[in-house]
Amino acid sequence: MRIVVAMSGGVDSSVVAGLMARAGHEVIGLTLQLYDHGHAAGRKGACCAGADIHDARRVADALKISHYVIDSEERFKKSVISTFADGYAAGQTPVPCIACNQHLKFGDLLEMARDLGAEALATGHYVRRVAGADGAELHQAVDAARDQSWFLFATTRAQLEFCRFPLGEYASKAQVRALAAEMGLNVADKPDSQDICFVPSGGYADIIGKFRPDALAPGEIVDAAGAVLGTHQGIGRYTVGQARRLGNAAQQGGPGQVVTRIDPTTRRITIGPRGAMGNEIRVRDMNWLIEPPGAGGLRANARLRARDAMRPASIHSDGRVVLDEPALAAPGQAAVFYQGSRILGGGFIV
Amino acid sequence: MQASRRIMSSELIYMDANATEPLRPAARGAALEAMALANPSSIHQAGRMARACLEDSREAVARYFAADPADVVFTSGATEANALAITALGAGRALLVGATEHDAIRAAAPKAEVIPVLGSGVVDLSALEALLARNPGALVCLMAANNETGVLHPIGEVGALCAAHGAALHVDAVQAATRALEDWLGLGAASIAISGHKIGGPMGAGALITAPGHVITPVLRGGGQERGRRGGTPALPAIAGMAAALAEPYDDGRIGSYRDEIEAFCVGVGAVSLGGGAPRLANTLCLALPGVKAETQLIALDLAGYAVSAGAACSSGKAAASHVLTAMGAGPLAGHSIRVSLPWNFDAAAIAGFCRAYQAMAQRALHGQRHCA
Repeated sequence: MRIVVAMSGGVDSSVVAGLMARAGHEVIGLTLQLYDHGHAAGRKGACCAGADIHDARRVADALKISHYVIDSEERFKKSVISTFADGYAAGQTPVPCIACNQHLKFGDLLEMARDLGAEALATGHYVRRVAGADGAELHQAVDAARDQSWFLFATTRAQLEFCRFPLGEYASKAQVRALAAEMGLNVADKPDSQDICFVPSGGYADIIGKFRPDALAPGEIVDAAGAVLGTHQGIGRYTVGQARRLGNAAQQGGPGQVVTRIDPTTRRITIGPRGAMGNEIRVRDMNWLIEPPGAGGLRANARLRARDAMRPASIHSDGRVVLDEPALAAPGQAAVFYQGSRILGGGFIV
Repeated sequence: MQASRRIMSSELIYMDANATEPLRPAARGAALEAMALANPSSIHQAGRMARACLEDSREAVARYFAADPADVVFTSGATEANALAITALGAGRALLVGATEHDAIRAAAPKAEVIPVLGSGVVDLSALEALLARNPGALVCLMAANNETGVLHPIGEVGALCAAHGAALHVDAVQAATRALEDWLGLGAASIAISGHKIGGPMGAGALITAPGHVITPVLRGGGQERGRRGGTPALPAIAGMAAALAEPYDDGRIGSYRDEIEAFCVGVGAVSLGGGAPRLANTLCLALPGVKAETQLIALDLAGYAVSAGAACSSGKAAASHVLTAMGAGPLAGHSIRVSLPWNFDAAAIAGFCRAYQAMAQRALHGQRHCA
């Protein structure tokens, strides 16, 4: 069949293209140009988009498959980078990879695959798509260390039907690299991409400052009662649960102080002991990969950050999540619900 | 060799002549012969043989454009020829460039004032006159034919306006040479730029041809080749191939009838022909399909075996929104347009297949849109 492979230029999606070609499919490689040679982000060096596009092209040449570069710069800037900055300016901790998956990879790219008459879209994500009685199910990858299912919770059921994730079945990245070498792909030893692709390592404040300088305006650090303990250099530098960058304020508040609340209107950051947490959180823009639960809700494990623990909870279709044990939840992050390895759905923490 | 085989391959119908014309057999022959030659600057017999080839080529180019051989400077291509013209002729003059010029001009004259075009794509002569009145003695850069739409500018009228205002006119004739030849120097142009591979020669050679009396100061000095106007050993095979290609016949009547047939069909299934109302090259067709991204159209047609393009091919291979169509006031259609440009050797047997593929692509994409709505 005709199948579109989203090729980033990295080893994972390159191997997916190779696997699909090897299986005899008519493979069309599409690479999204998300930012131009680091101009958007001031990112320089070996990790710029230009080099990744070059790698994707060379892999397509080696595999003798069709390959096209899609200009998605404007779309990426609007739907991912600027909403990322807006999220921080609103006191949240956004997840740009989810927005990119939602709007670009499983949005625009999937639409284009349909327009091109493809029967499926394959990506290099480490997740599993399992054919179930009621349609496709989304499961964690076999390799738990690589699992990316949390980042894909916003995929709709219709999108999931159209997608293929062959790497979710592999036990380790080493296996994937070995496959790349066996296929003769020059990306076999390419380092894994780190963190957020458009952010220079560890320096996302620059991006926020460019799009939303107001998020880097100074403000006060206060305790739960509103007493001023210190000052900060912008709410965009903080996330709920964070213990760093609190300076003297943390010592005044007592041991184990973390950010408990960020108020974008007053630019106040509230801190308190790590234990001061609630059981109930709310989520918005819920996406269900099952039939939504009835009035009683359902029991599932909630994961509140990409690498966080699984937390038993009761989930209600109105967006209420009641955790068995209290936990700090950062607004803007996702709460994703699992039963066993299967993703049931999720939403963005309010 | 591999690229040429691909262009001629039976699986792929090549319809992107404005990106590069397929190599003319005579040009290939001339280039292959020239590959055996020595350096034309060498004094020995072998060098003299090479120099004879170079000067034969120069005389052929000069004859073709009704110029003096002494006024032909060979370059690496039209990007360099255009830059050389702007540097040499533009020194001390204000620069005025057409809104639909190729990046080879636009990037070489970043501070130039822009001469607007009408909705048809033809230069706005009254706006040009106003600009000339404000900038007497300017250098005007205007292409003879546009690469994306094929629209022809009235070089004779532009030349007369320039003469009346003491301005110099540089004509980028890359797309018009061999396809819509005029005596541009006779019409008042101070200089003409051409590119070998756009006329069926090999890539790697171009020329700047000037009217008598213009001094060309070099951009590249090097060893003082080309009478001190362009340093560096000339790419003799590409130059000989370019000169040979100029002598080949071009049947614009035949090519134009194919183009018109394709245009009528595509318009019938919902396309808009941009620039179709103006005088234009016989081989070029700019088709907008409202609401369907140019990239999707291009990829769908390529997968069906038809090579077309969207906008000018840029180095990253991505299709950027066309400044040409935007300047024509095409609005969102600028991002929904493809260019079909038929090569000199286009086979009429491919027309029906292309029309089927275009219709299938249009129907699938438009059908998908309704689903989204």
